[in-house]
Amino acid sequence: MSSASVQIIQAVMLLLFAPLAAGFVSTCKARLQNRRGAGVLQPWRNLRKLFKKEVVMAHHASWVFRFAPYIVFTATLMAASVVPALLVDTPLSLTADVIALVALLALARFFLALAGMDIGTAFGGMGASREMTFSALAEPAMLMSIFVLSLSAHSTNLTTMITHTLNSPFALHPSLAFAMVAMVMIAVAENGRIPIDNPTTHLELTMIHEAMILEYSGRHLALLEWAAMVKLLLFSTLIVDLFIPWGMTAQADLTGVVIALGLWVVKVAGLLFVLAVFETSMAKLRLFEVPEYLSGAFVISFLGLLSYYMLEVGA
Amino acid sequence: MLSLNAALAACVFCTLATMIPVCCSRSCLQRTLLCLLLAITGLLACMAGLAGLLVGGGEFTLPLGLPWLPMHLRIDALSSFFLLLIGSLLLPVAIYSQGYLRGMANIAPLTVFMPLFVLGMLGVVLSDDAFTFMLFWEIMSVSSYFLVTFEHQHVENRKAGYIYLLMAHLAGLLILGSFAILYAASGSFEFAAMREAVISPLWAAIAFLLAGVGFGTKAGMVPMHGWLPEAHPVAPSNVSALMSGIMLKVAIFGFIRVVWDLMGPGDFQWWWGMLVLAAGSGSAVTGVLLALQQNDLKRLLAYSSIENIGIILIGLGLGMLLARFEYPMLSALALIGALYHAINHALFKGLLFMGAGAVLHSTGTRNMEVMGGLIHRMPWTAALFLVACIAIAGLPPFNGFVSEWLIFQSALMAPQLGGTMLSTMIPFSAAMLALAGALAAACFVKAFGVVFLGRSRSEAASHAHEVDHWMKLGMAIPALLCLLLGLSPVLVIPVLDAIPQLLLHTSLSDSVHAHGWLWLTPVGTGRASYSAPIILAGMLLLGGLTFWLLHPKGRTIRRSVMWSCGNPHLNARMQYNATAFTQPLRRIFSGIYQPEEQTHIARPFHTLLTQQVRYIVHIQDMMVQRLYQPVADYVLSLAKRLDRLHQQDIRAYLAYTFYTILFLLALLSIKQSIAAYHFVPLTQGNALSTQLSVTQPRLPVAGLVTGLAV
Repeated sequence: MSSASVQIIQAVMLLLFAPLAAGFVSTCKARLQNRRGAGVLQPWRNLRKLFKKEVVMAHHASWVFRFAPYIVFTATLMAASVVPALLVDTPLSLTADVIALVALLALARFFLALAGMDIGTAFGGMGASREMTFSALAEPAMLMSIFVLSLSAHSTNLTTMITHTLNSPFALHPSLAFAMVAMVMIAVAENGRIPIDNPTTHLELTMIHEAMILEYSGRHLALLEWAAMVKLLLFSTLIVDLFIPWGMTAQADLTGVVIALGLWVVKVAGLLFVLAVFETSMAKLRLFEVPEYLSGAFVISFLGLLSYYMLEVGA
Repeated sequence: MLSLNAALAACVFCTLATMIPVCCSRSCLQRTLLCLLLAITGLLACMAGLAGLLVGGGEFTLPLGLPWLPMHLRIDALSSFFLLLIGSLLLPVAIYSQGYLRGMANIAPLTVFMPLFVLGMLGVVLSDDAFTFMLFWEIMSVSSYFLVTFEHQHVENRKAGYIYLLMAHLAGLLILGSFAILYAASGSFEFAAMREAVISPLWAAIAFLLAGVGFGTKAGMVPMHGWLPEAHPVAPSNVSALMSGIMLKVAIFGFIRVVWDLMGPGDFQWWWGMLVLAAGSGSAVTGVLLALQQNDLKRLLAYSSIENIGIILIGLGLGMLLARFEYPMLSALALIGALYHAINHALFKGLLFMGAGAVLHSTGTRNMEVMGGLIHRMPWTAALFLVACIAIAGLPPFNGFVSEWLIFQSALMAPQLGGTMLSTMIPFSAAMLALAGALAAACFVKAFGVVFLGRSRSEAASHAHEVDHWMKLGMAIPALLCLLLGLSPVLVIPVLDAIPQLLLHTSLSDSVHAHGWLWLTPVGTGRASYSAPIILAGMLLLGGLTFWLLHPKGRTIRRSVMWSCGNPHLNARMQYNATAFTQPLRRIFSGIYQPEEQTHIARPFHTLLTQQVRYIVHIQDMMVQRLYQPVADYVLSLAKRLDRLHQQDIRAYLAYTFYTILFLLALLSIKQSIAAYHFVPLTQGNALSTQLSVTQPRLPVAGLVTGLAV
């Protein structure tokens, strides 16, 4: 088994499992709320339905609106194929480090916001404005928590960071705990989950992501929905990679890959279950409390940085 | 010598261009000649820069200038790079001007001052002694004043020009001060001597502060940026492109020349880098926050220039800190990042100003609130403007991302430098860089979205027309360069490598090349890597495949009315506009903005029947308000007090003259007697020259001695 084939398996797996992950979260939420839920496969059925439907665009929609779904989808997929999920050292992982990964997702967001403004409805502009505002506040917090991690690994390459964590003896680092809390908070915000945004509601005055894609239909909408699901799985994989990478294989042999796959499924499912519990037990924040949440994440990651310098450098 | 000859030829063509109004009077011919000569100048400057970086520079002494001080010119790696930067934007701007100046009445002032302005910038970059440097610096400042006040019939243009002239001269004075210290230490105006001179730490620090504030003022560093958002919007757009794209970079060049080259990394003190880093972080965040709140397209771009200068300063500050703590490789990385961002900013900001000029040309306004939907009327301008927006937002695969990535890397790789304070300052400034980058993305979503997307908000916008081929070509060149610089950093960085070799005596090219041309791997292979070509190729492949798989062949997409929540009367005024887009940020950062908001609700008939709601928001640059106004007030009150002296009769004036002469004579006789008593030469008594190492004794001024002997 060559590492290139594992790379392809990994990318296809992230793409195909993404709707399942979204379905898993909504099923867990349904069970926690004493409902039966629509089942794990429901997002797949939704996508299939949308791909079959005809696309309708507004009269004055420009090419930005038309091509934005493709750009958003490919940028997200490109980012997903860079993140190692099973194999530590994949051929594509050199292509982009964590900073480039964040920038690829930012590219997707940039075009999504432009598409929101293209039609000229109040909802589109509102979503674009909010999305860009909150992501601007989330980005420094995210990079700060990545900095904390890269300080001990001396690298921003995911492969090197994972190898560093795998090879160093297990110890409790306070800085990592801070970084992890901040990273999870940011991941929740970036994916538009409760308490920042609610992915299941349309036509609420507080919506963000849904407001931008309100005008989309058919395969365009399917691509955007799918990209959002891939992003959720991508962030879960990233958190697993950075904080609990144990089980990932260094060699591309069959048994190693199978074990890594099993452990990855367990870890990601665990993470998504925690997300479902949080979403069930929490209410959505008021819109102007979101900046406080995000600056809270920044402060936590900055504390992580300080604790690294004060507690861990000398020790 | 190739590069020097090309550079001199560029200067000659520039000088020739200033003569245009003398040679011909027809406006059309003047314009064509101006653009042709400027384009040749740009091309020659590019050639000179490339030759200087690849082959090597040279020295030349012009038999001009003062009798005892001929003009020294020299091309080294640093000046070659900035020549290349000047040329690569000047050429497209010259092509663009051919279209932009068409139909503009009386362009004679432009034909004189634009080449003079370019000559000033070329001269600053080429100069090898302080006198030549200051001479060309002043040519640059003064000629750009006339360009800013080109449309002087408007009051605000004259006011902007005045503020600009004032601040430019303040900057000139401070720079002169730093050169004076270097002159006192070396005893010569030539840069070669200044490099050798030994300066005491105190005087070095004063020279650094003077140079830093002086060049920082000209570059638009916060809080010395007050002139920039006034001057850039009112100049003609081709001039704004040059001012923002090149002139600010010439100030950065001056800073690097004086601080990094003439004083040198050996003189750096630890707080210098900190100060530059703090100024850079402050400029980056303040600039973009203010840019976000502008509704005037060119003013928005001007504030965004402040942000980008901040990013360059963050890179330079990191480089200075790392050089001080003896990490030359990382320092070289930060320096390369800063320089890369300098050329990137020249290209995309030049392109953005040209795009803003195209919009202004076709709609007649700079106010974003009355634009919208221009992507349908001006498809080429929109596409090229979008390229610049993606690049300036720091998104792959364009060039803005590469330089920000390099600066991030040098910040992240920085090992522990003296103390926790210093160590946390570096990641903190990197976080500020991230904040500035993300806010810039928001800012340019707003700029592009409000101007080009949506539906047109006014008559003028709905009748806009696409610009001509000259202007399109002028904008296409920098757009292409943005993509190329974004895709091929591995090929560009070895070309720039001569600069860290010159300033820091280290080379980056080995580690950059380590993984071949496809992967950019600064400092070590395992540490970080980025491959723009693979990302672009992957995205094109995946995107193309998705499109091909999903798009039904031979069917056009059905168009319909937009969804309006069942309300049939949606109009263009219900769109989100520029003010609405940034409302959340205005609320979040209200402590910084301190917006003055007023809401007027008109209910003429009944308390429940609202007929009209008017919302007025006004945001001022608090920094300018708090810092500049007290100074202006003080100067005004002082002038009023002096004013009394101006209104007296002739006897009073005669008395003043008499007392002044008496006072001066007394001063001279006292000095003379002290000198005679101590048997020392007259000028050696002052504090400065005793502290500094004086390499050559200075003669007393001849006229003074003979006058006293009589």
